[in-house]
Amino acid sequence: MQKQLIRCNINGKDVEAYVDVRASLTDMLRNDYRLTSVKKGCEVGECGACTVLIDGEAFNSCIYMAVWAEGKHIRTLESLIGPNGELSDIQQAFVDEAAVQCGFCTPGFIMSAVEILESGKEYTRDELKKLLSGHLCRCTGYENILNAVEKTMKKRLGKE
Amino acid sequence: MFDISALYEATSVQNAVELMQAHPEAALIAGGSDVLIKIREGKLAGVELISIFKLDELRGVSMDDDGTLRILPLTSFSHITQHPLIQKYYRVLGEAVDQVGGPQLRNIGTIGGNICNGVTSADSGSTQVAYDAMLEILGPNGKRTLSIHDFYKGPGRVALEPAELLTAILIPKESYENCYGYYTKYAMRNALDIATIGCSVNAVLSPDKKTLERVRIGYGVAGPVPLRARGAEAALKGKPVSEETLDIAAKAVQDDVHPRTSWRASEGFRRQIIGETAKRGLRASIERAGGAF
Repeated sequence: MQKQLIRCNINGKDVEAYVDVRASLTDMLRNDYRLTSVKKGCEVGECGACTVLIDGEAFNSCIYMAVWAEGKHIRTLESLIGPNGELSDIQQAFVDEAAVQCGFCTPGFIMSAVEILESGKEYTRDELKKLLSGHLCRCTGYENILNAVEKTMKKRLGKE
Repeated sequence: MFDISALYEATSVQNAVELMQAHPEAALIAGGSDVLIKIREGKLAGVELISIFKLDELRGVSMDDDGTLRILPLTSFSHITQHPLIQKYYRVLGEAVDQVGGPQLRNIGTIGGNICNGVTSADSGSTQVAYDAMLEILGPNGKRTLSIHDFYKGPGRVALEPAELLTAILIPKESYENCYGYYTKYAMRNALDIATIGCSVNAVLSPDKKTLERVRIGYGVAGPVPLRARGAEAALKGKPVSEETLDIAAKAVQDDVHPRTSWRASEGFRRQIIGETAKRGLRASIERAGGAF
C-alpha cells in the first residue's frame, strides 16, 4: 500500500515516519509512536476517547487522516507528565476528585480540558459542560469530571 | 486503517479539479466527518479519495469591496463561530454551527461540506437558504455562481457537476444588512445529535421598529432538503410587531413544509415543532433587531 513520509512535531519533538496513507491519526500515534493514551473507542468521532490537540485545538484523531498531520504540532496525554513521572495539575485533579473509574475516557477528557485551561478564560459550569460534551463516560456520571476541570480552572486563575 | 484504495492530495484548487477529472470515481474529502464515517461503516469500501483538506487557500472569511461576505468552504465550524466578521454581520450562522455535533467535530467539520453533502438536517443549511447564499463553484469549464436555492436537488444530491467543487459561499450585503436572525436546533440531546427540526428565522424591521419589512424563514428536516417558508414570509411582510403576528407565523409555515415521519419523530410532532420554532425564532429575531412586544 501507498506510504507517505509524514513529518510533524509530537509532544514537543520533531519526528518523521513513513505512514500508510490509509492510517488514521489514532493509528499513527498508537502504532508508529506507541502513544497508547490515544484510545480507540467508537472510531466514528462520537466518544472522544482518541482526542488529541492539533495546533492547540482538540480533534478526534480517529477521523483525522494521518497524512493531514504533516507539519502540525500534536499533543497527547503523554506530554503532560513531568520529567520524573510527576502528574500535571489537571491529572492530579482527576485523581483527587475521583473523576476516573475505568479510565478509558480519561486521556481524551484531559486533552479537551487542557485546551479549555490553556485558553486562560473562566467558564461557567454550563459552558464547561458544553465544552466537554464531545466525550462519553459510562462510569462517572460526569459530575466528578466537571468538578476536576472546574477546580483546576479556578486554581490556575488564582480564584481558589 | 480506512478502507480506501488510493489517496490523492490536491496541491491547489485547480489541481483538485484536475484530480477529479483524472479519477471520476473518487470521492472528495474536506474535513472528513461525513466521508470517513461512511468508510468506517463500510459504505464506501475500497473508495479512492481526493483530499482538499490541506488547501489553506480555501479557509477564512473576508468581505469583498461591495460588502459581500465571502466565506471559504474549508473554514471549520469553530472558526466560523469565532470569526469577527461572522459575529458582526452573520451572527446566526456562527450560532447555528456552534450546535453541530460536539467541540471536536466543530474543529474538523467544514462549512462547505455541511452544504455539499446535501443533507436536510445540516445545521448551517436552513440559515444559508434563509440568507439567500450564493455559491461560487469551480469546474473544468471555469467558475460559475449559483443560488443555494438551485443547489439542493434532493436528499444527498446537489448541483455539483462532475469535477466541480465549491470555492466560496457569498452573502450579499442586502441579505445581511439591518437583518437579525435566530436559529433553533430541536434535538433529543444537547450535543452529538442530529436536528429533529432546524429553524432559522431572520427579520428586517422598519426604522421605527414597529413593522416587519422582511422576514425569511429557513427549515431543515421539514422536507427532503433545507427549504424556505415563502408563503409565511409573504404573509408576514408589512405586519406589525405583535403577539398576533407571531401566531400568524406559526400557522402560515404549516402550508410551506413537508415533514415526514421517521424513527426520530412523527410528522405531527415535527409540525408542532415547526410552528413553535417559527414563533420563538421570529420573536428572538425581532428583539435582536430592537423591536419590543
